[in-house]
Amino acid sequence: MPLAAIADREVSVDAEGFMTEYDEWDEALAPKLAENIGLGVLTEDHWKVIHFLRSDFAENGETPTLRRVATVGAIPTKELFGLFPKKPARKMAYVAGLPKPVGCI
Amino acid sequence: MQRILILGAGTAGTMAANLLRKELSDTYEITIVDEDEIHYYQPGFLFLPFGTYEPSDVMRTTREFLHKGIRYINESVLELSPADDIVKLGDGTVLEYDHLIIATGTHPTPSATPGLESDEYGKTVHDFYTFDGAIALKDALDKFTEGRLVVNLIEMPIKCPVAPLEFTFLAEARFTDLGIRDKVEIVYVTPMSNVFTKPVASEHLGDMFDRRGIKLEPDFYLERVDAEGKKLISYDEREVSYDLLVTVPINMGASFVGKAGIGDELNHVKVDPLNFQSAEFPNIFALGDAANLPASKAGSVAHFAMDTFIPNFANYLMGQPMTHEFDGHANCYIETGHEKALLIDFNYKTQPLRGKYPVPGIGPFSLLEESGVNHLGKLAFRWMYWHLLLPGRHMPVSSEMSMAGKEVVVE
Repeated sequence: MPLAAIADREVSVDAEGFMTEYDEWDEALAPKLAENIGLGVLTEDHWKVIHFLRSDFAENGETPTLRRVATVGAIPTKELFGLFPKKPARKMAYVAGLPKPVGCI
Repeated sequence: MQRILILGAGTAGTMAANLLRKELSDTYEITIVDEDEIHYYQPGFLFLPFGTYEPSDVMRTTREFLHKGIRYINESVLELSPADDIVKLGDGTVLEYDHLIIATGTHPTPSATPGLESDEYGKTVHDFYTFDGAIALKDALDKFTEGRLVVNLIEMPIKCPVAPLEFTFLAEARFTDLGIRDKVEIVYVTPMSNVFTKPVASEHLGDMFDRRGIKLEPDFYLERVDAEGKKLISYDEREVSYDLLVTVPINMGASFVGKAGIGDELNHVKVDPLNFQSAEFPNIFALGDAANLPASKAGSVAHFAMDTFIPNFANYLMGQPMTHEFDGHANCYIETGHEKALLIDFNYKTQPLRGKYPVPGIGPFSLLEESGVNHLGKLAFRWMYWHLLLPGRHMPVSSEMSMAGKEVVVE
């Protein structure tokens, strides 16, 4: 796995820059990751999504889908598109330091 | 007498019933419930719109595959009370069980998308994941001589996740053969960021759409369908118009799963991906598409899973630990048109790689490569399904994924 320097440290990432080690992420990294993909300042609403993603991943071992964030996390999909424009599934996973959502092939 | 109740007599339920009947003594009663008296060969639905298969090619009776000593009840499942070990059927019958296996699959659910279910369904809007849908689509394709064909995968997970690609390739090949390719525009609309998302597949197959002149609309998360205006509208307010829409509706598990509180947000049963047991109710297992495994929802996965499930379940019945672990192995042919196909082989941990299958270095099938032999393999599989797989006979391939003969990539 390649390493990337984010903020003040080196973390493991995949070819597209998604962090691959759950425990290498902490809250101090999120603003820097957000900046990398042009998100600007993280608001309370962003943090609500990030916290849900982190705890859901810890429980299930998988990056939750938009549907899961909407139904279990109670954050409507439309709102996710507002918070993480164009590619919410990828962007929220990136900022939360979780593997990117993928298909089977 | 201990009562084993299996819900669903599709691929996974039928295999489990037959294999358990062989494995277990008569002190175990096996009952299987399915509302459909017809057993469909679901992989064959893809070929119905193109006339490659006739309806009779994909239909058998549910009953004929169930071995002696298995009680079959032709009824729907209404309700499951996991705390009371009780299942209520559509006709009001109440069944008590000691051990429950849920194999009720996953189903295209057009009603889960606003605007998708309308008077246009079956006219300008079609699906090919149901028997009726595939038959109606054949008529529509026969009449389609010009315009914009849109294939839309609405949301993952779906069963047979490669079938939307196969349909797109087969449609493209057909329009070419008919000499009308220049009059037809083909657009593939997907919530994924690309056609292929795994690195090796992406590298070797990434240009398949370009070479065929198929347009890609990626990152498209469908909010609603305007069936009258013939357009798809995404959450970020993009619009894609169509003349003929082939939709892959949201797939959902059985509603009794959701009501019983044992499912995820799409009613797929939450189970351990290594042994398919429910954590909350240890006498409940889920097999095949009904389970929320991080594997592909495909017949091959259900089939490979049997080799670990059956000995595990026998151990569980004896009160012993389940020592076998399922690796998530899947093996899928992907039709690419003009009598060729790709083959992919992967599991929970390893992405599809290049190589030969099932014999390393020899094949005859090529992994991640288009070939005529792969296409013949796909067609031959229908025979294996009816005659080997469903009856629970030995198949000439290993259920555990093998790395032998594969081109390994360093991740």
